[in-house]
Amino acid sequence: MDKPQTQTNNTPVIYLRPSKGWLSIDFKELWRYRELIFFLTWRDIKVRYKQAVLGIAWAILQPLLTMLIFTVIFGILLKTPSQNIPYPLFSLTALLPWTLFATALQRSSVSLVGNANLITKIYFPRLAIPLSSVIAALVDFLVSFVVLLGVMIYYHYWPGWNIFWLPLLVLLALLTALSVGLWLSALNVQYRDIQHMVPFIIQVWLYASPIVYPIETIPEGIWRWLYGLNPMVGVIQGFRWALVGGDPPDATMLISVGMVLVLLVSGLFYFRRMEKTFADIV
Amino acid sequence: MSKLAIRVENLSKQYRIGLAQDRPDTLRDLLTFGVRRVRNLFTRGNQGNSNSPSHIWALKDVSFEVRRGQVLGIVGRNGAGKSTLLKILSRVTDPTGGFGEIHGRVGSLLEVGTGFHPELSGRENIYLNGAILGMRRDEIERKYDEIVDFSEVGKFIDTPVKRYSSGMYLRLAFAVAAHLEPEILVVDEVLAVGDAEFQRKCLGKMNDVAQEGRTVLFVSHNMSAILRLTQETIVLDEGQIVLRAPTPEAVDHYLNMGLTKQGERIWTEAELKGDVMPFQPIALRVCNPRGRVVDTVNASEGFSIELEYNLSDAISGLRVGLYIMTTRGEYVFTTFDTDNTVLFESYPARPAGRYISQCQVPPNLMNEGRFILGVNASVYRIKRFFQDDKALTFTVDATGAPGMHWPEKRLGPVRPKLDWKIEAMEK
Repeated sequence: MDKPQTQTNNTPVIYLRPSKGWLSIDFKELWRYRELIFFLTWRDIKVRYKQAVLGIAWAILQPLLTMLIFTVIFGILLKTPSQNIPYPLFSLTALLPWTLFATALQRSSVSLVGNANLITKIYFPRLAIPLSSVIAALVDFLVSFVVLLGVMIYYHYWPGWNIFWLPLLVLLALLTALSVGLWLSALNVQYRDIQHMVPFIIQVWLYASPIVYPIETIPEGIWRWLYGLNPMVGVIQGFRWALVGGDPPDATMLISVGMVLVLLVSGLFYFRRMEKTFADIV
Repeated sequence: MSKLAIRVENLSKQYRIGLAQDRPDTLRDLLTFGVRRVRNLFTRGNQGNSNSPSHIWALKDVSFEVRRGQVLGIVGRNGAGKSTLLKILSRVTDPTGGFGEIHGRVGSLLEVGTGFHPELSGRENIYLNGAILGMRRDEIERKYDEIVDFSEVGKFIDTPVKRYSSGMYLRLAFAVAAHLEPEILVVDEVLAVGDAEFQRKCLGKMNDVAQEGRTVLFVSHNMSAILRLTQETIVLDEGQIVLRAPTPEAVDHYLNMGLTKQGERIWTEAELKGDVMPFQPIALRVCNPRGRVVDTVNASEGFSIELEYNLSDAISGLRVGLYIMTTRGEYVFTTFDTDNTVLFESYPARPAGRYISQCQVPPNLMNEGRFILGVNASVYRIKRFFQDDKALTFTVDATGAPGMHWPEKRLGPVRPKLDWKIEAMEK
């Protein structure tokens, strides 16, 4: 390429050229756009409960009602074992990270198409969109966490020092949602089939995670290892352990973390590769 | 030597149109195309035959430079590549070929109100939209009062914008955009919104921006805005630069472009490529009362305008419209072939076939000068099938028009013959 004409000052120079191949992830640029990510997150939160009578109370009601249903069906009728923890508490400790994950995944996978008007008109790192919808799910989680503390007090459970592991587990749940969300949102730009598949994926995933049943239900050995490929297994197991005790996370946790890293890195690169075409095909 | 703001070389952009077979669009296609096609998920279909008719070059080998502080206009017909060029310059999309460099922060206004959320209040949308347009939070805070003042929505600032009238909405959206302060501003037709009063205000604001010595790329169909705001203009046609010249010359060239024959405009197959619409324009003609196709008509004897077109399918509620505009871009009038209720009722639907919609312009209506004729075919509030804002230009000669015994130029685009009465009032 020709040398640009000499510039006496140091204004930033942007180069326009066809993009080819795999691109690196520009974290510096993403950081420069942090205010946009903040505002997009803020918009998602703000808009979600507008014109709903109960407003943010829905963030509490959803896991609470699911807990009731699970308790009646799996706890009372099917008498599912629950590691000697009262069944409502057993399911709620899993439902909280699960709802966080499911909301984040559902929102991020349709986020690019939902923001098509932005993508076709303005430049910004496209990663900001799925990222902000994942972060927005965190607010619901924090609200519903208060309810969990209430239920724990009701059953006379006091969290120990292990509770300080929670932020890491929350991060792991968010990264899982983000990494799958990156894949699905980018695919959804071209194949709208994805948005019809997402509810189904989430439903299957729910039963593939130790939410209604304890992890011991899965036989040890190869099956347990395979089971650990679902990163939410590690997250949920960790959550129960950090809040109400029980078995500490074992090697399945390592498999879960490894799986998240694989999904995340591949998701980021796939997303970067596809993002230049979003404006043309969305 | 003045400093460079933008330089592009051989910039090209190719789009795929229609249902090309080289890349499946739905998952079902993907599956039926078989495993081989899965590769396309990762390779973005670059190996497709790029010269097949399913691909068009929206932009082809465009090269130009813009110096810092220059205000450059870009004109061209619909589909000439203006918007594609602006999209590439604002990095919304990547070029297919070529190279460009931009020195400085770019603010792009391809639309007003991008990212406005109807549920949020005016205040909240100022912050959101500001952030989306690339303003920093402290910058928005600093200009907040100015933005509210400019938008004139004052006491409704805490009301959700979905309750705003469309005028208020546009005013607020433009107010945010107008307070962007990038080094390079890229603007697409955003002045074509709002009422006349607000348009004047927007134009004034754009003028201020231009005076401040910022680099501006300005796309518009409004020739008077282009003439007022820019010194130099690029004329684009079919994805290529056909002329770069001082604005008055470029505007003149643009307005006289594409006339295959004087007084007649014929649409070729190539121009309509990609349109799979049932409405295909064939020719637009200006005829004198003796039925001859002419470039110059006489104001005192009237003339007719006819559009010949083909419908490959029946269209119900179709209306063919004509717009007459001055070369300064002001509308003189708009008329539709089914304005007349009798015709409106006798053509509820037009079956497939070839048609001519003809309009008689009465004697003694137009003033002398050069006029632009635009056509449009639409179903009211449902669909616009075709539009060409400057299909043809023609000249009106004022010989025999009212008041010609004073050889002076009359103001205004019309010169009607009106009934006057003079009465002497008795004392």
